[in-house]
Amino acid sequence: MDRALPNPIRNVLEPGDGVVVNIGPSHPATHGTIQVVARLDGEKVAKVDVHCGYLHRGFEKECEAHTWHNLMPYVDRLNYCSGLINDFAYCGAVEELMGIEITPRCRVLRTLLSEYSRIADHLTCIAASLMELGAMTAFLYMVMIRDYVYEHLAALTGARVTYTYGRIGGLAHDLPEGWLARLDEILVQYQDFVGRVHGLMDRNRIFIDRTRNVGAISAAEAIHWGYTGPILRSTGAPRDLRKDAPYLAYAELDFDVPVGINGDNYDRYYVRMREMDESVYMIRQLVEMLPAGPVCVDDRRCTFPDKSLVYSEIESLINHFKLVMDGPQVPAGEVYHAHESPNGELGFYLVSTGGGTPYKVHVRAPSFVHMGGLARLLEGYQLADVIPTFGSVNMIGGECDR
Amino acid sequence: MSSTRAPIPIHPAQAAGGGAFEYLTSKKDELVGWARKFSLFPYPFVTACCAMEFMAVSSTPYDTDRFGAALPRFSPRQSDLLMVVGTVTHKQAPILLKVYEQMCEPRWVMAFGACATSGGFYQNYAAVAGIDRIIPVDIYVPGCPPRPETVIDAIMKLQERIAGDRHPILTSGF
Amino acid sequence: MSAHAGPRAIEVLEIAPGELLATARRLKEEEGYDLLVDVTAVDWPRRQPRFDVVHHFYSTRRFTRVRVKTRVEEGSPVVDSLAPLYGSALFMERECHDMYGIVFRGHPDLRPILLYEGFQGHPLRKDYPIGREQPLVPYRK
Repeated sequence: MDRALPNPIRNVLEPGDGVVVNIGPSHPATHGTIQVVARLDGEKVAKVDVHCGYLHRGFEKECEAHTWHNLMPYVDRLNYCSGLINDFAYCGAVEELMGIEITPRCRVLRTLLSEYSRIADHLTCIAASLMELGAMTAFLYMVMIRDYVYEHLAALTGARVTYTYGRIGGLAHDLPEGWLARLDEILVQYQDFVGRVHGLMDRNRIFIDRTRNVGAISAAEAIHWGYTGPILRSTGAPRDLRKDAPYLAYAELDFDVPVGINGDNYDRYYVRMREMDESVYMIRQLVEMLPAGPVCVDDRRCTFPDKSLVYSEIESLINHFKLVMDGPQVPAGEVYHAHESPNGELGFYLVSTGGGTPYKVHVRAPSFVHMGGLARLLEGYQLADVIPTFGSVNMIGGECDR
Repeated sequence: MSSTRAPIPIHPAQAAGGGAFEYLTSKKDELVGWARKFSLFPYPFVTACCAMEFMAVSSTPYDTDRFGAALPRFSPRQSDLLMVVGTVTHKQAPILLKVYEQMCEPRWVMAFGACATSGGFYQNYAAVAGIDRIIPVDIYVPGCPPRPETVIDAIMKLQERIAGDRHPILTSGF
Repeated sequence: MSAHAGPRAIEVLEIAPGELLATARRLKEEEGYDLLVDVTAVDWPRRQPRFDVVHHFYSTRRFTRVRVKTRVEEGSPVVDSLAPLYGSALFMERECHDMYGIVFRGHPDLRPILLYEGFQGHPLRKDYPIGREQPLVPYRK
């Protein structure tokens, strides 16, 4: 219109011999929050400048203004495709600082729900990247299953996308009646739907042409640029925190770590599809080994007392009041606790000075680190390859920009 | 009435008070309103977690295609419903304003989710506390993120408003 | 010194700012810490020196972690950039600079990454009020 709007970034790419093209940040395929400024030489991408931060919502500053317990909803909204994993990684970090050991039932349930969230995240990533390539049917199949998973988790936690189900020392509440039966039904339907997607995509000439040898990277380079998770595994390096440094109940499970060959887009797609199958296998094992017992540890420092006690005993009333108003008292110290999220290593670095409010909550977000290396994946390929490569990296804005 | 459009001038023939003319224009408005409400072209200005529910409401089993609002148009020139899905931060605000200004009239804005409506629980230096600080909004959808049924309810309310609106063909900007 | 003994133990090293690049090079080349996991800082406003710059490293062969901490003054919060050793340092150091104002000497491109051009101040410092907005687009009404 009449006045010029301020530019939030400073562009350093000169046209030179080519053309400078701006992709995003309001773009269907950049998942809404990444700007890729590319200098093109014909159709080839010569140089790329990736800009993130369009969804920086001040997560760390908000955490410093809330209690250890209150800030759980902020943690959910980091990797919003797999909300439960963020919850459990954060709760695990605080429990490590407090020296709390969670109950066996909670351990198995957290593992089960982490794998369930991993399935939902991989479904979203693959569905979105296939849709961007034009495979609308595969998108609809996968979103259908993802919807079943969302409704099922809503029956458990009350919300479809951002759950806030983890608690320091346990979980919000135990499983409702019939939840495990429905879980089995969904896993059977999953096999059917994902089988159809395999049939549509795996040997599809167009899909192979668009993704084979596009966005390829070697294992050593991937580690140099900080890649972890499915992207590193697609290069051939079988690095997985669930196997290398097991946490929760992973040490007791039997599962494979799928790896790729070239580190290109096709490998990333296939590694994610196989990881979902491994997750289903793990969930079936976890349902078998789920022990009975309480879901929250019986520790007055973090677990809310039973409501009947709060209404009858003065000690429980005061305990409840202190936990809500001051927050759980976490001893002074610092901890770095990492889980294997669907994108890679999700780490929480917490600094406590004692008291109920954190001094610092820092998230090591895999998507942010991956954006640093994205230029290496995009340069040298065609402009149209930006879309499948970007989709296969699974950048989640909430996690990247925090 | 949508606050995004200029006031509608009275045509001289209407001012003369002919009942037949008013009957024809209101029938015309009904027809245009019906056509416009069932052919919404959304521009999904997607930023954050609400995108998950946007994807869910666009596909089975909730399906906005039943309401005619399925086909997203990723060019603001071709769309008429700007759905701001997710948190808008101060860094993103100039982009939102630029997209809004590029849309042609008639246009409607839906603030999808708590963050677009009021900033949600991000009341800090980074997030805009509600997009109505930047652009006028026609319908606010609460929820964090809103259930797909809430979004469909919002689309239906917006469609009622569009149906009952006046749709002048000859305006001062013609 | 190490904290939290066990398979997920982490070793903590506290060094002077001038030794950062040499220590990182030794960790990478001799001890096999090939993955730079995280770069961040902690603000202790009532302490001199004010900032703790914290680096985390991970070895993909031995599956061990190490945390390297160094202290810098408020007046000259400068440390060496690890960009020559790790590509992942580029974005992470830009974020640390944005949020705390730590200057990484030798970093090729310290533009704002999470914040925008024209933003004054460093939000994660304890003296930046949480609600101080700096809008780019003037508000309506």
